[in-house]
Amino acid sequence: MSDPGAPEPPAGLSSAQSRAVAGLEGDWQRLHPLSPLVRAGRGAVAIVALLLIPTGGSRQGALSSDLAHIAVLVVVFVLGVITWLVTRWRVEGGVLRVDSGLIRRTSERFPLSQIQAIDTVRPGLARVFGVAELRIRLASGSGKAGRLAYLSNAEAETLRARLLALSHGMAEATPAPPEQTLVTVAPARLFASILLSGSGLVLELVIVVLVVLAVVAPAIEAAAISAGAAGLFGLAITLFRRFNGDYKLVVADASDGLHLRSGLVETSAETIPMGRIQAIRMIEPLAWRAFGWCRLEVDVASQKSRGRQDRNQSKAARALLPVGSRDQAAFLLARVFQDLPQERVAPPARARWKSPLRFRYLSGATNERYAVTTSGRLQRVTDWVPLAKVQSIRLLEGPIQRRLQLSSIHLDTAGRRVHAVLRDRDRTEARKLFGELPDRCRHARQR
Amino acid sequence: MAAPTPRAPPVINTTLPCNTKQPYIRTVRWRSIVACIVVEEDVSGGEGGWHTPSPRLRRLRHYEVAASTLVAVLLAVAVTVALDAAVATAIAVIGVIATGSIADVVAGRRVRAWGYVERADDLLVKRGVMFQRTCVIPYGRMQYVEVTAGPFERACGLATVQMHTAAAASDARIPGLPADEAARLRDQLTSLGEVSAMGL
Repeated sequence: MSDPGAPEPPAGLSSAQSRAVAGLEGDWQRLHPLSPLVRAGRGAVAIVALLLIPTGGSRQGALSSDLAHIAVLVVVFVLGVITWLVTRWRVEGGVLRVDSGLIRRTSERFPLSQIQAIDTVRPGLARVFGVAELRIRLASGSGKAGRLAYLSNAEAETLRARLLALSHGMAEATPAPPEQTLVTVAPARLFASILLSGSGLVLELVIVVLVVLAVVAPAIEAAAISAGAAGLFGLAITLFRRFNGDYKLVVADASDGLHLRSGLVETSAETIPMGRIQAIRMIEPLAWRAFGWCRLEVDVASQKSRGRQDRNQSKAARALLPVGSRDQAAFLLARVFQDLPQERVAPPARARWKSPLRFRYLSGATNERYAVTTSGRLQRVTDWVPLAKVQSIRLLEGPIQRRLQLSSIHLDTAGRRVHAVLRDRDRTEARKLFGELPDRCRHARQR
Repeated sequence: MAAPTPRAPPVINTTLPCNTKQPYIRTVRWRSIVACIVVEEDVSGGEGGWHTPSPRLRRLRHYEVAASTLVAVLLAVAVTVALDAAVATAIAVIGVIATGSIADVVAGRRVRAWGYVERADDLLVKRGVMFQRTCVIPYGRMQYVEVTAGPFERACGLATVQMHTAAAASDARIPGLPADEAARLRDQLTSLGEVSAMGL
């Protein structure tokens, strides 16, 4: 692979690091040889689990079905090896180029100058083998992301640091900017908060019901378990994924944005540039109220996931604070958004007829730079949206609202989860605001 | 609210014998689809500077409602005749026609409720009768403009213009524009979007 005429990499680099350096200098590089194994990992684990779990009843034909499973595994593995063989990357003329595909060749190019952030993701199996995936996020509006899955840890670290340095127009070997840790979350508190969350409570309720059934009526127990097993399993997976995603979350402030590192089995390290933040949402569930806990989420610009982008990409709202006190949330919020409106105004009392459940939480305010709204039926949800990020503004009047002389104003952003709604405001006030907001948004953008 | 941008006066193709002093919408309403392709109608002229969809959209909705009512009547007749119940046939036919009439009135009101204004920095689109929505989209936020025309819209020479932003919730769809007005709006929005484009 390496060109004999190329300059020798500086001494003191390991072979993995020198591979990264060679790639940066324009030599084609392959991914880590264990990539197909790690990629097939999740599927392989599922198939092995299928093999191990006794199917119950007669085992006739079990051998042939086992053989079929193994055949599937082999095919997946061979395809993985082929994918590995034909996937190469290199940096040529300030552009990272990733070629892949045997029959349908694709060649992706990522201009280094447009790189906004590079995230490192390590699924459980990847950590076992000491490899990591790099996700390269571009600043262009398309939200396109490149993946290099997988590189060895040393290679990934070197490549990440140097690509970022190059993208900022600095010397290749510039160290990463210093960062300041803002907040960490204790695992015990995270665990408790997930047990007290909505789906957590459902899971606990189901388990309690099952235990009670086991004591009272063991005959129904087996039927109940087999009926609800899939749902229960799915719920547990969801909860675990949340626990994993937020486990030991460290939020740090650096010059290029917020650094987020987390993970129990699958670890990830990502950077959220401040300018990319579309909205911040604070959620205070009913069950957390007794402890004064809240959750702070940040919504970043993203497109609908399509094609190869995996589901981690599609979860656009990222927890800045999975669980914490109001003071911690306020501290983080102040780091991200400055000059927020302080006073929030409740809608007129007649809005109670339109939103009886929401009414006690409804409020909203706007200033020259931000809009803040609160809403929610059981949990209180507070949204902060910078006017500079507003994509469109909508004024809505339904039949009941018209009778009560009320209107709602929606502020849409490019984020996927959060958009602020000034719900059930007085119609005159809302229309006046609706007339002013486009200009305010424009001024906020020009700042 | 800023005044709408000045627009060219409406072009009226005079090959069709229609008196422009009369509201020719009435005179043309029951002519064939072929005739309505020939007429170049003005889309402006709503109150408050709102541009409205072409009256041909109203006619298209008429035909759609009429066609579905006809199908429903035939079905009702077929079912009730098969059951051999003459009274039921009459009731079903009357009921279906009444429903169709109401649907027609509702469709007409909805068409009339659509409107848009091209302002200096943004596009304003309003729609809806029961749920009234007004949407402001700054030109700089526009990612692309989509012009679509289904087979029936094409037969009437109409097209739908939709502005897309990075926010999925943005709701700026303008149906029933004459094809050339749609093309003009598309080009206008695209050039304005290029001038004031901004990042996310």
